[in-house]
Amino acid sequence: MDRREFLRLSGIGVGTLMVPVFGTPRTLFGATTPIPAADKKVLADAALDAARGKGATYADVRIGRYLNQFVVTREDKVQNLVDTESYGVGVRVIADGTWGFAATSVVDEDSIAKTAEQAVATAKANAKIQQEPVQLASVKGVGEVSWATPIEKNAFDVPISEKVEMLMDVNAAALEAGASFINSIFFLVNEQKYFASTDGSYIDQDVHRIWPTFTVTVVDPETGKFRTRNALSSPMGLGWEYLDASPRGKVLGVTTRYGSRYDMKEDAIFAAKQTQEIMSAKTVDAGKYDLVLDPSHLWLTIHESVGHPLELDRVLGYEANYAGTSFATLDKWKSKTFNYGSGKVNLVADKTQPGSLGAVGYDDEGVKCKEWDLVKDGILVNYQAIRDQVHIVGEKESHGCCYADGWDSVQFQRMPNVSLRPGPEALAVDEMIKDVEKGIYIIGHGSYSIDQQRYNFQFGGQLFYEIKDGEVTGMLRDVAYQSNTQEFWNSCVAICDQRDYRLGGSFFDGKGQPGQISAVSHGCSTTRFNGVDVINTERKL
Amino acid sequence: MTILSPGEAKAILHDVLGYSKADGCEVHLDGSTTGNIRYARNTVSTAGSVTDLTLVVQSNFGQKMATATINEFDDASLVKVVRRSEELAKLAPENPEFMKILGPQKYLETKGYFESTAKIDAAYRASVAAASIGPCREKKLVAAGYLEDTVGFSAMANSKGLWAYYPSTDIDFSVTVRTEDGTGSGYVSRDYNDAAQFDAERASAIAMDKAMGSRNARAVEPGKYTVVLEPGASVGLLQNMMFNFDRRQADEGRSFLAKPGGGNKVGEKIVDERVTLYSDPTVAAIPASPWAQDGRRHEHVAWIEKGVVKNMYCSRYWAQKNEAPAIPFPANGVMEGGDASLDDLIAGTKRGVLVTRMWYIRTVDPQTLLYTGLTRDGTFFIEDGKIAFPIKNMRFNESPVIMLNNIEELGRPERINGNLIPPMKIRDFTFSSLSDAV
Repeated sequence: MDRREFLRLSGIGVGTLMVPVFGTPRTLFGATTPIPAADKKVLADAALDAARGKGATYADVRIGRYLNQFVVTREDKVQNLVDTESYGVGVRVIADGTWGFAATSVVDEDSIAKTAEQAVATAKANAKIQQEPVQLASVKGVGEVSWATPIEKNAFDVPISEKVEMLMDVNAAALEAGASFINSIFFLVNEQKYFASTDGSYIDQDVHRIWPTFTVTVVDPETGKFRTRNALSSPMGLGWEYLDASPRGKVLGVTTRYGSRYDMKEDAIFAAKQTQEIMSAKTVDAGKYDLVLDPSHLWLTIHESVGHPLELDRVLGYEANYAGTSFATLDKWKSKTFNYGSGKVNLVADKTQPGSLGAVGYDDEGVKCKEWDLVKDGILVNYQAIRDQVHIVGEKESHGCCYADGWDSVQFQRMPNVSLRPGPEALAVDEMIKDVEKGIYIIGHGSYSIDQQRYNFQFGGQLFYEIKDGEVTGMLRDVAYQSNTQEFWNSCVAICDQRDYRLGGSFFDGKGQPGQISAVSHGCSTTRFNGVDVINTERKL
Repeated sequence: MTILSPGEAKAILHDVLGYSKADGCEVHLDGSTTGNIRYARNTVSTAGSVTDLTLVVQSNFGQKMATATINEFDDASLVKVVRRSEELAKLAPENPEFMKILGPQKYLETKGYFESTAKIDAAYRASVAAASIGPCREKKLVAAGYLEDTVGFSAMANSKGLWAYYPSTDIDFSVTVRTEDGTGSGYVSRDYNDAAQFDAERASAIAMDKAMGSRNARAVEPGKYTVVLEPGASVGLLQNMMFNFDRRQADEGRSFLAKPGGGNKVGEKIVDERVTLYSDPTVAAIPASPWAQDGRRHEHVAWIEKGVVKNMYCSRYWAQKNEAPAIPFPANGVMEGGDASLDDLIAGTKRGVLVTRMWYIRTVDPQTLLYTGLTRDGTFFIEDGKIAFPIKNMRFNESPVIMLNNIEELGRPERINGNLIPPMKIRDFTFSSLSDAV
């Protein structure tokens, strides 16, 4: 299911809410304690031994317990409580130079060994039509290690009643502040993943993610007009502490924005008031503007115009029939002179940033996670590559960005966190705006669309403020901007410093056939782009 | 094998209902085997098969309701899943919008199961991949494609005596063919319940022709153009329009079908009178389940008739509250057309743009159903009734409501994504910028 499909099904932005059920529900009062690593090691060894016994030259096994919890509300009603658990084992092997994969939900030594044998049989069958043998970058075994998201409070341990009360309080505050409707949701994820491989690694990880979000709608029944404003929260690699509303997470300004902590009730009240303001805001005049883009907006532009085109499997053509290919071809990378952006643009990939959705200790093929440059001083310098790809970019170590969305999915290259480094010199948002003569300050992500090679894009937003002669003069509506990726990043003229750096992200990034989802963060500070084409999106039926 | 007969499914569901202590209990049993093969760069990249059987139990105590699922089928597991759903239901707050489960229903007969699809094996899948890859290699083209076949069943029963069973098969195929130098790209997709209707070589040939024909595309100035939309190009916009046919959304004033001053647009003409759009699970070309997930009947429903909104789908709660028909979300869609072929539409076009496919369609403004997206994998300029030359892809900003008011001609409907959609000739379609993407 892709992000769009999920959002449609979960009804964010619309009224009818249905949340899909993944896997087997766990009782609300059930234990969230992971299975002891020693027990999983016995099971993993059964898979590795069986695979080797049938002739595999490499094998890895992932024993995964995937927990999800959704609390879905509208106005004064809880529409759905969904609590799911999915447990099983996936085994991946190389035999005769070819990958094979098999998975089972029957988690015992005998079943796992048979699954490993099936994976070897699949590999050998596929070897007959394989053009080139797999070249797997070596990884030194790490022995028995563990990693856990550094959360302060496990969201799964918070009673359902507390979660329901919080959303009811948020909804009531929004309605009190003038919202006609509000839909609000908590999404909670816990991946308990155990990875073992014939390299000698046994890696036990406990990964947590959280996303509180809402959509406020204001309707004018007389004119039949309506407007919405979505939450300015981000999905995060954090526990329940993300919702503690502490001032340390707040960035004050034309509206309050949020970093490592979120005040959902405050944001809902702002949303209700601002949505009413949008109803009477000035419609934008189409033309060229300097754009000042808040991190709550710019993360999505980074995701679509940098994150996706620099996935090496896309570049090579493996996604040609679905997501597409990429304009960032190997010849551009080899030239070492391709100006992806202006000299101020430094884009970095990582799976290590604390609080980010991508952060794990090791990826899903046992590679220790790290940070690496994608665009340095404006020049394209690298891609995102995993163990069987890095030889293509002349490297010997995987970047560590391999992921599978469940025990029953085969792991493949997925986007790590991709972030824009903050400006090296002190620059605050107000100082940036002071220099803009004709501009638009955009907060929050909205509509997004980009072509299959990632050249031409169009983005909307949640809040648009007109900037005239260095001052924010009022709110605008009906704004979307269009650009070309290379042109856009070369129009980057200023980036605020580290103080403004915040993470945004996607919970449901889709890729592959059959489709898999993944969660990924994108960090940046407020950034200015000059002379971007803005269109007016108002139409009459 | 997890494709259970009606008797086998009924026996399991009967046992499960027997364990229930709730006021109401509704159970679903869904089983399927799905096979796939994926290829790119003229070689197979992945292939596999997944078999799954899942039991879903919904329990309610008064207006407290919850759901639990399981994929183990020993007696202890069946008892466990029923108890879980009951424990969760007791913890859930009262939902004043909860509707009591339905009693027995009479469903239409539909045939969505075909042995030709059920018997698909790895060798068949490999032959489909070969039907793209072989001819592409010969012509120095590069194929990337995906085939997925499913054989499955859905069964449903509840404590008020409702029983429903529907077996079905599906085959979905798509291939993107690119020229080796990356200057041309073509695409085709096919979907059927009956695999006997599928010809992989013929389908692949269409994508190959489009790839070769789209090399060295020229740029035309963005703006308003007459377009000939293949069914694969218009289906995304039409589906998005149908996602917005919810009655409650309209009654609440937050839909393009909301009426200024209150209410909805049922009975109002919103598009050209040649537009008739309906759903019907018995249409032989696009058979669908005769029942919805909550047990409601799928029947013939007119959504738009001669340009006038006739019906909107609606939850049982909202229907009861507003004395409106409780029509479930559609299982398929048919847009009526004419007898003209795609070639006829092109032949009748003096100057226009032929669009194979639209991509990355996203909502820009839900009030006017304004969407943006791009053409992809075969965009051509038409002059004097003939395809004159390939053109570069373009971004559009357009509403399906405006599009369906600007109809010049409709052709013969074809199956696409489980729907029947005609090729359409539309005037004044709005392209807003050029894309360099091939």
